Amino acid sequence: MGEAEVHALRGVDLEIRAGEFIVLLGPSGSGKSTLLNLLGGLDTPTSGTVRFKDHDLSGASEAELTRYRREHVGFVFQFYNLIPALTARENVELVTDIAASPMSAAEALEWVGLAERMDHFPSQLSGGEQQRVAIARAVAKRPDVLLCDEPTGALDYETGKLVLEVIAKINAELHTTAMVITHNAAISGMADRVLRLGNGRIVGEEKPARKLTPAEISW
Amino acid sequence: MKALDRKLLRDLWGLKTQVVSIALVIACGIGGFIGSLSTHGSLVWSRDNYYDTARFPHVFANAKRAPLSLAERIRAIPGVVEVETRVVRDAQLSLPGVVPPMIARLIGFDFEHPAGMNRLTLRSGRWPAPGVRGEVVVNQRFLEARHLALGQGMNVLLNGKLERLTLVGTVLTPEYIYATRGGGMPDDEWFAVLWTDAKSLAAAFNMEGAFNSVLLRLAKNTSPERAVEALDAILEPYGGFGAVGREDQVSHKILTQEINQQRVFGTVLPAIFLLVAAFILNVVLHRQVNAQRGEIAALKALGYEERRIAAHYVKFAAVIVVLGVAIGIGLGWWLGNAMTGLYTDFFHFPQFHYRLEPWLVLTGAGAALAAAVGGALAAIHGVVRLKAAEALRPPAPAEFRPLLLERLGYVHVLTSSQRMIMRNLERKPMRAAITVAGIAGSVAILIGGTFWADAIEWFIDVQFGHVQRADVNIAFAEPVSRNVRLELERLPGVQQAEVTRAIPVRLRAGHRSYRTAITGVADDAALMRILDAELRESKPVPGGVLLTARLAERLDVRPGDRLFAELLEGKRVKTEVRVTGTVREMAGMNAWMRLDELNRLAREGDVVSSAGLLVERAQEPALLEALKQVPAAAVVIVNRTLLDTFRATSARNVLFFTAILSAFAATIAVGVVYNNARIQLAERAWELASLRVLGFTRREVSVLLLGELALEIAAAIPLGFLAGFWLAALLIALMIHDVMEFPLVIFPATYLYAGAIVAAAGLVSALIVRVRIDRLDLVAVLKTRE
Repeated sequence: MGEAEVHALRGVDLEIRAGEFIVLLGPSGSGKSTLLNLLGGLDTPTSGTVRFKDHDLSGASEAELTRYRREHVGFVFQFYNLIPALTARENVELVTDIAASPMSAAEALEWVGLAERMDHFPSQLSGGEQQRVAIARAVAKRPDVLLCDEPTGALDYETGKLVLEVIAKINAELHTTAMVITHNAAISGMADRVLRLGNGRIVGEEKPARKLTPAEISW
Repeated sequence: MKALDRKLLRDLWGLKTQVVSIALVIACGIGGFIGSLSTHGSLVWSRDNYYDTARFPHVFANAKRAPLSLAERIRAIPGVVEVETRVVRDAQLSLPGVVPPMIARLIGFDFEHPAGMNRLTLRSGRWPAPGVRGEVVVNQRFLEARHLALGQGMNVLLNGKLERLTLVGTVLTPEYIYATRGGGMPDDEWFAVLWTDAKSLAAAFNMEGAFNSVLLRLAKNTSPERAVEALDAILEPYGGFGAVGREDQVSHKILTQEINQQRVFGTVLPAIFLLVAAFILNVVLHRQVNAQRGEIAALKALGYEERRIAAHYVKFAAVIVVLGVAIGIGLGWWLGNAMTGLYTDFFHFPQFHYRLEPWLVLTGAGAALAAAVGGALAAIHGVVRLKAAEALRPPAPAEFRPLLLERLGYVHVLTSSQRMIMRNLERKPMRAAITVAGIAGSVAILIGGTFWADAIEWFIDVQFGHVQRADVNIAFAEPVSRNVRLELERLPGVQQAEVTRAIPVRLRAGHRSYRTAITGVADDAALMRILDAELRESKPVPGGVLLTARLAERLDVRPGDRLFAELLEGKRVKTEVRVTGTVREMAGMNAWMRLDELNRLAREGDVVSSAGLLVERAQEPALLEALKQVPAAAVVIVNRTLLDTFRATSARNVLFFTAILSAFAATIAVGVVYNNARIQLAERAWELASLRVLGFTRREVSVLLLGELALEIAAAIPLGFLAGFWLAALLIALMIHDVMEFPLVIFPATYLYAGAIVAAAGLVSALIVRVRIDRLDLVAVLKTRE
């Protein structure tokens, strides 16, 4: 008995413009993460093409993907993925050390409102603070693309909103293209465009008439 | 199979490379233990068996000339069951094409009615034909060392007359398993033992109706001391040189010391292996148990008792030990066989006999199991006792704090990567310490196992470069006037001549006694010096004897104490002498006196018995030719030739042990480094993969993990040098014996070699782990909590 081939994504045709804020909705197994992985240069498709500006990511080597992530992409993870051995500032410096024209770590942390807690270790920070450090780390390199995978998934309501505010601010002020994956439909109010995935396909696309601020949404 | 056992098998399979690497460290320990001790056992068995079948005597004595009728009186000594008398003489031997003189020890033998003791084993050729003059059999080692063929003719100077002898066969004898003229070094190339017709030998030396060597066998469980004393008393009027028991018979003494080295190696080094294995197991299990907190909690929730859960993890360790012991037994058997073969060949035992005794296997396996279970229990202790609910929660997030360096204010001296490495090290100091200790242990084992070559080289250098500086040594058949020095200085090529006087002596202190010689040296002696291992020179002072420290210990005397000395030559003076001092000489059990004082003590006038010559190398052949015309010069030894033989014999054994130990040490290093790297990787995979997602390259991420290991290896190697030095000191202390004391000398090259082997093993382990770092699952880390 051979292994059945499972396609996580099929026939997805998507174009994202610079500076767009996109929210990606869909149930588990709908292909959200696969799409994010492809866009983030963590994976390559078995068929089809992925392009970033004039780079073709679909046939890129491991080293090329690494360079793409390093130069253009900022990631925010559900579980923050901070390095416990480094302080908040040092976690951000991890990225600024290897980026081409980053902002300073202090500046990035100021952006997320953590200037006071720069020298704390992750174990000394709350979940929301840790997530904001992760966002600071993601934006410090001034990425072209900010990819957030369930950024509020592990946070309580208030803290979650705080984190969304930071993301929205970055999108608005730095003109960073932002894509947020979430189960939380309420977040879609913040988006320029909302994509719904199901069974590996884009099953719905809507453009909210008015972009809400995080303060205006609730869930 | 129970579900829990199935889990065990799958866990083991999942960690198979680690399991094998730990098992191999255990295998090295068990292999070394079984290999060395079974070699020891086999050699002791072979030796004793050979002694029994060849009827090796219990007591040996030489005299100047004793009538055969004395044999009856000797047989009457209580405990003596058998007496054999014979004539033994040393003579100059020459072979065509060999310039330096050789010594032949001629032993009178009745080939038609072979004696009961020291039975000869014919290895090749035939026995001398009855009635044919000049046919001899020779010890096999001489024939082999000289690459001679049977039928070889040679000249021997018998009592001033040149006699032509023909080799017709080669033999083995328990009496000359180690053939040496007494120096403690194997001397096969320059020292032949020849068995010749007893009657013609006696005739050649005017020894008809007399003997000068006697051998005794004693009844079972008879101590030799009394027989030695009684025999000395009987032989005294006939110029007895002092009897000795087996314990002090030269060949037996050296052989036994060699064999006993196996016991030291077989216990000290394997103990280190087992300790390291226990440490690695502890660390690996610790990680395993912590990673399985959730599973442990689930098992508890399902109603498993702590005991059963603990047993589950102990089984994990036990399986590894059983695997290690199984490989170790095979390895030990192979090693034991190889080493026993090497030694059997080296000692020329007539039979190869290897035996592996069950108690060795059981002891080894028991020790390994105890070490492993100890390591396992310590690791699982805390977690197994956690309450189920507590265990279900993830462990508290790792807490870090600024480095000591940073707390001191040096905040920006390190890069982020360096900071991560340093903080990880600082956070788990115990694990870092165990890793460092394990790697240092492997460096130490390499040094402890291979520094012998350095010690031997240093020994040779001191012995022949500083102690016996003469190129040629001469022993005179009878004491000669001290003025012989002037004659010797006139011989071709002699740049300097120096004379000494050695008198065989039995020294007594209380109930302890030892048979040696007192050597009288001139005040201005420069060719024969008395040095300790640090090359500090001692001189005998007026008013007594200066003793080798080992001899003083054996006699239990200290400077200022009095000794009873029985000179065993000439007027056989018995007198008290004072111990003026001791000296830690590396070789021999010597007693030194000022030459004039020794001669006064012996009441023999101004005489000497040996001389050392400093010779111009190009003139050496002419000098040796000239010495043949000096009839008093009974034995001539060219020191350089001794040295070559010694180096060649030791080189072969050293090479074998170096190879084995290098493999063993590399196994430990790989075991420690690899397991450590794997655990680090497992614990930090999430963190490292996150970094990869952030755009860190594989190289940069590898540096984070392997950098820590590199630091640990870098710290471990110098520590290993220190530990190796101490291990070498321990091994030397355990191996102290009569004939020589190895100096604690380790050349830089040995350190370098040990460091390089271990660093290379570390590098290989790191590269293996590097492959795994390259395969980190980047997608998974986004979705899972650590």
